[in-house]
Amino acid sequence: MSVLNNLIGGLSLGSVYAIIALGYTMVYGIAKMLNFAHGDVIMIGGYMCFCAMQYLGLPPVVGILIAMVVCTVLGVLIESLAYRPLRGAPSLAVLITAIGVSYYLQNAALLIWSSNPKSFTSVVALEPIQLAAGRLTVTGEAIVTIIAAVVIMTALTIFTSRTKMGKAMRAVSEDRGAAQLMGININRTISMTFAIGAALAAIAGVLYCSAYPTLSPTTGSLPGIKAFTAAVFGGIGSIPGAMLGGILLGIIEIFSNAYISTQLSDAIVFAVLIIVLLIKPTGLLGKKIREKV
Amino acid sequence: MEKNKVLSISDINVYYGPIHAVKGISFDVYDGEIVSLIGANGAGKSTTLDTVSGLIRSKTGSIEFMGENISSVAPHKIVAKGLVHVPEGRRIFLQLTVEENLEMGAFLRDKKDVEPGKERAFRLFPRLEERRKQIAGTLSGGEQQMLAISRALMSDPKLMMMDEPSMGLAPIIVEQVFEIIEKLRDDGHTILLVEQNAKMALSISDRAYVLETGNITLSGTAKELLESDSVRKAYLGG
Repeated sequence: MSVLNNLIGGLSLGSVYAIIALGYTMVYGIAKMLNFAHGDVIMIGGYMCFCAMQYLGLPPVVGILIAMVVCTVLGVLIESLAYRPLRGAPSLAVLITAIGVSYYLQNAALLIWSSNPKSFTSVVALEPIQLAAGRLTVTGEAIVTIIAAVVIMTALTIFTSRTKMGKAMRAVSEDRGAAQLMGININRTISMTFAIGAALAAIAGVLYCSAYPTLSPTTGSLPGIKAFTAAVFGGIGSIPGAMLGGILLGIIEIFSNAYISTQLSDAIVFAVLIIVLLIKPTGLLGKKIREKV
Repeated sequence: MEKNKVLSISDINVYYGPIHAVKGISFDVYDGEIVSLIGANGAGKSTTLDTVSGLIRSKTGSIEFMGENISSVAPHKIVAKGLVHVPEGRRIFLQLTVEENLEMGAFLRDKKDVEPGKERAFRLFPRLEERRKQIAGTLSGGEQQMLAISRALMSDPKLMMMDEPSMGLAPIIVEQVFEIIEKLRDDGHTILLVEQNAKMALSISDRAYVLETGNITLSGTAKELLESDSVRKAYLGG
């Protein structure tokens, strides 16, 4: 039964990584940049929900909504103030700016909320479910997280394949210049992508803090980096790839923790990433340029 | 009958870093005509089109479309005014389906105009209808060029600029493409064509300009240029 317990733990952690990775992959696919501040938006989302519930006494659902709204605005602001002026600049300049934004957000959080960790109250009120005479425990957080990830992935897939804005995003992702010649407003499309990515980061932040209830200004860093790894693992730019990468990463991490070594679990996760990239450089579901048949 | 000026370029200078690619050229396109810019590789033909559609900017002069100066208007807003650009190398969206490519061409149009636009494209190119659900990357070169033209038509443009529509296509396909361009003119579209294949371009054009290293060196009706000695020597193979 411990295998199943670990599997559920892995799925749950993996789902959080998947939600974060979806944001990374959308932004990378469309804006062609690695938004290293994405992890810190997760942390801001956590704090927003925490403040809404703790200081204003609002119900968890309202807390989540506030976190999403604040993070969406933040994501759009970051893009327009920090990244948009660098459109057309070398990618290294954009990357360094993103790292700068990441430190800026962490230090702003340090000023506002201090370095003392806050204890986050879970937004999930479901009692853990006991199965197989109590040998298998499924927490409410795990159920909610897994469902949220599946719903988000499905919604994003439908959005990018069916809606006009979603198709425009794919067009911009493939050829920005040609998309402009269609009359697509590139800045607006990229803004929209950042808005979606940041809203997902807020959800991920709240779910992550619900499962691991200590909240500090650096809370977002490690899940951010791991989710980035997950996005690369699955094939950066690919929505199902981010989902698959996130889930696999979560499962590998929990299983390494349980059966190999707690200290080595991160090393194992990254070793698997390296092996996958050596064998398949575009990641598991990475897009290859389709050849003419 | 006095024809309306659709596009009027005057004294544009375009630089790529230190390279002076277009050197103060001026030309006009009138309603309902096919005008060609011909010239060798690197003469500044594509640069001129990219400047008109706003992808790059001229340091001087003006670009008037339908009487309005568009030289500092954003590219997506220029499309909205009715000027569409079929870029060099077609640049269709290879990972989108044929139908989605057409929808992108109609990005600025009302939803109700999208279906009639598609139907028109399919009448013009029945092959595209057969392949409407197919990923555009799987089309042949000729089909991709047809898709690129259809996609541009989806915006219902007043002026279409086409950059090297014959590039990389088999001669028989090239002929088909040029027949289509003539047909579009006959349907009332105004076309600014950029071509290295000068013979083909002149055979369907009303007027043409010869570009050489960023300067217009010759201009006239297509017939005059076809008969000119210097054009024959340089571009028509003697």
